[in-house]
Amino acid sequence: MKRSLIIAGVATLLLSGCGADPEGGSGSATIDYWLWDAAQQPQYQQCADAFHKANPQYTVKITQYGWDDYWNTLTTAFVSGTAPDVFTSHLSRYPDLASQGQLLPITDLVTRDKVDLSAYQDGLADLWVTRDGQRYGLPKDFDTVAVIYNTDKLKEAGIKPEEMSELTWNPQDGGTYEKVIARLTVDRNGKRGDEPGFDKNHVATYGLGLNTSGAGFGQTEWSMYTMSNGWQYADRNPWPSRFNYADPKFKETIKWLTSLIDKGYVPSMDIISSGVGQIDTYGAGKYAMVTEGSWNTKTYWALKGVKSALAPTPIGPTGKRASLFNGLADNISAGTDNPDAAWAWVKFLASPACQQDIVAKQAVIFPAIKSATVEAEKAFADTGIDVKPFTMHVKDGTTHLAPISDHWADITTIMTETMDSIFSFKSDINALDPANDKINALFQ
Amino acid sequence: MTSDTVRATPRLTAGAVPDKSPPRRRRLGDLPIAIVFVLPAAVGFAVFYVWPALRGVYLSLTKYNVLTPPRFIGLENYRQLFGDHLFWNALKVTAEYVVLNIGTQTVISVLLAVLLHRLTRSMVVRGIVLLPYLVANVVVALVWFWMLDFQIGVVNQVIEWLGFDRVAFFGADLGIGTIAMINTWRHMGYTALLIFAGLLMIPPSVYEAAAIDGASEWRTFWRVTLPLLRPIMALVMVLSVIGSFQVFDTVAVTTGGGPINATRVIYFYIYDLAFNRFNFGYAAALSSVLFVLLAGIAYLQLRLSRAGESDLKGS
Repeated sequence: MKRSLIIAGVATLLLSGCGADPEGGSGSATIDYWLWDAAQQPQYQQCADAFHKANPQYTVKITQYGWDDYWNTLTTAFVSGTAPDVFTSHLSRYPDLASQGQLLPITDLVTRDKVDLSAYQDGLADLWVTRDGQRYGLPKDFDTVAVIYNTDKLKEAGIKPEEMSELTWNPQDGGTYEKVIARLTVDRNGKRGDEPGFDKNHVATYGLGLNTSGAGFGQTEWSMYTMSNGWQYADRNPWPSRFNYADPKFKETIKWLTSLIDKGYVPSMDIISSGVGQIDTYGAGKYAMVTEGSWNTKTYWALKGVKSALAPTPIGPTGKRASLFNGLADNISAGTDNPDAAWAWVKFLASPACQQDIVAKQAVIFPAIKSATVEAEKAFADTGIDVKPFTMHVKDGTTHLAPISDHWADITTIMTETMDSIFSFKSDINALDPANDKINALFQ
Repeated sequence: MTSDTVRATPRLTAGAVPDKSPPRRRRLGDLPIAIVFVLPAAVGFAVFYVWPALRGVYLSLTKYNVLTPPRFIGLENYRQLFGDHLFWNALKVTAEYVVLNIGTQTVISVLLAVLLHRLTRSMVVRGIVLLPYLVANVVVALVWFWMLDFQIGVVNQVIEWLGFDRVAFFGADLGIGTIAMINTWRHMGYTALLIFAGLLMIPPSVYEAAAIDGASEWRTFWRVTLPLLRPIMALVMVLSVIGSFQVFDTVAVTTGGGPINATRVIYFYIYDLAFNRFNFGYAAALSSVLFVLLAGIAYLQLRLSRAGESDLKGS
C-alpha cells in the first residue's frame, strides 16, 4: 500500500513536472534565433559569433528546423509563449503573423537608428512594410531564377553553351527555348524530341524538369515565362485587391507550358507526383535542364555524377527576361523578453558586417546589401559557379517583386487544385476563370 | 492495443475456472488502492483526451486562428462544411483508402495468422512478420516512395526490364491505392499477430474433432477457425478501421494530398486547414464530424459482429 502510494506520488510529480519549464528571462541576454535552412546555419553562426564579440552582453542561440516543421513549430511556440526572440521569416507568412499581432514593428527603431534602406537591392526593403505602414523586417538576402543544365547532355545534343544565353521564348511556338528543350529530350530508343519517330510515352531524359504545377506562385515553374509575356500577378503589389489568373497572357503561357508535357518534353503531373523531387531526378540524369531558384545552387553543384552550368531564363515576347525577386528578412516576436537585444541582432544581421563580410563569402545565397553582390559573385566563382544568370536580372532590371497579399494560404489552396488539374489535362485552361473569381471574392 | 488482447484472453478461462466470488469485504478493501492505480491513467485520459475533445467541440463553434481569441459563431462552420467540396472529396478518398487498406490487410493477416498457427510456431518467423511494424510510419512511407519513384525508383526500373511500361504509383489514379498498400504492408504483421493470439484461444480439441471427422484444412478454416475467431476479429476490425481512418503521415511525406486532391484524406485536410491556413475553428468542426462518424462505425461494427459473445461459450 505504502509503495503504491509512493509510485502514484511520483507519477503525479512527473505529470505536473511537464508544465514547470523554468523560463529564464530575468536580465538574461541570450537571444533565441530560429532559421530553417541548414545550409545557411554555419554562416549565421559566424555572424552570431561576430555579434557576440562586438556586443559581449548578448549571446545568440541558433536553432534550426526543417522548412516542413518550421512554421508549425513557430505557431505552437507563439501560442505557448516560447517563441524565439528573432526568427527568419518568409514573405508568404509574415503578413498573417503581423496582422495577428505576433510581430514587433521596427518602424520607429529604423528611423531612430537611421538605418540606410537604400543600401539594399531596390524594392526589397518595401516588401516588409505592411498595409498599415508598419515595417517588420530588414532584408537579409535576395533570390532570382535561372536555368540549370547538365553540361554533358548539352554536348551530346550538339548545343553550344553560348546558345543557352540567347534563348528566346513565345507562347505560340516556344521559340528557340522550346527547340533546345526538344533537342535535349531523349526517348529510351535514343531518339531526340525533335527527330521523327520520337516516342513521347517512353522518355528517358526530359528536356526540362518540373517540380510542381506551381499553384498560384509558380516561382520556379512558370513565373519567368508569364512575366516575360507581360503578365502581372495582380492589380498592384504589395497588397493587391484583384488577381490576374484569368488574364489571356497568363492562360496562353500556361497552355504553352502544358503543351510541352503533351509533347513529352516535360514530365506529366502523374510522373512528378510519383517522384521524390526535381533535384534528385536531375541528379540521376533524368532531366537535361531545370528552372531553379538561386538558393538551391549549391545543392545542385553538390550532386555527384552530373556537371552543371547556369543559363539565364529565356527572353519573352516583351523583349526582356523576367525573374521573381524574393527575399528573406528577420522578424522579431512581439512577446520577446528583450526587445533591445533582439533589435540589435536584427540590425546586425542586416548590416554589411554580417552580409558582406561573412555571408557573401560563403557562396550559399545572395545577401540583400547591394555592395555585397559582387563579393558573392566572386565567392561563387571561386567554387567554379558562374552565377551571372542569377544576378543579371538585378543588373538589367528584369526582376519582379514577389506577390505579397492577404489570404495567400487560401489563394494557394484554390490555385493548387486548379493548376494541378490543368497540368494533368483534367481541366481546360478556362478553369482559371472560376478560380480567379473565387480568389477575387476573398478580397470583397 | 495489446492490453485489449490480453483482456480478451481470460474470457475463455473464465468458464473453466470455477467462479468463486471473493468475500465482499475484501473487494471494498481493494477499492482505495485500485483508485490509486487507476488515477494516473484517469488523469491522463481526462487531461489529454476528454478535455481536448470537449474544447475541440467548443472550438468548432468558433472562428479561431490560435493566435487571437476564438469568436463564437454558432453552427456556421458546420453549415460551411456541407457545401465544402473538399470535405466531401476527403471523405470519399478516405473511404477508398479504408476499404482498400482494411480489405487487403485483413485477408492477408488472417492468412498469415493461420499459417503461423497451423504451419509453424517459430518465434523467428513471428518476429519477421512483425518487422515492418517496428519501422516508423514515416520511414516506411519514404522508403517506398523512393523505391516506387517513376523515374529513379528501383521498382519501376525492374518493371521496365520486364518489358512493361513504368507505373505512376503516386499519380491521380493509383495514388490512394499505393498509399493503402504501403500501410497494408506495414500493418499486416501486427494484425496477423493479434489474430494469431485469437487463434491460440481456440481449443485444440475442436481441430482434433474436425480432423477425426475428415474435414480438409480448407473446410476446417471456414467452418471452425473463422467462426470461432469472430470476437477477436471484431476487435481487430474496430481497432484497424479506426486506425485506418486516421491515415495521415504516409500522405504527408509522399503526395501531400495531391495530385488534384486525389490523396487528400480527411486527417490531412484537417491538418492543412488548421496548421497551414490557421482555420482552427473549421478544422475542429471537421474533427467533430469525424469523431461522430468513427463512433458510429465502431458501434455498428460491434453490434453487427456480436463482439461481446463467443461461440465457445456453453461448449
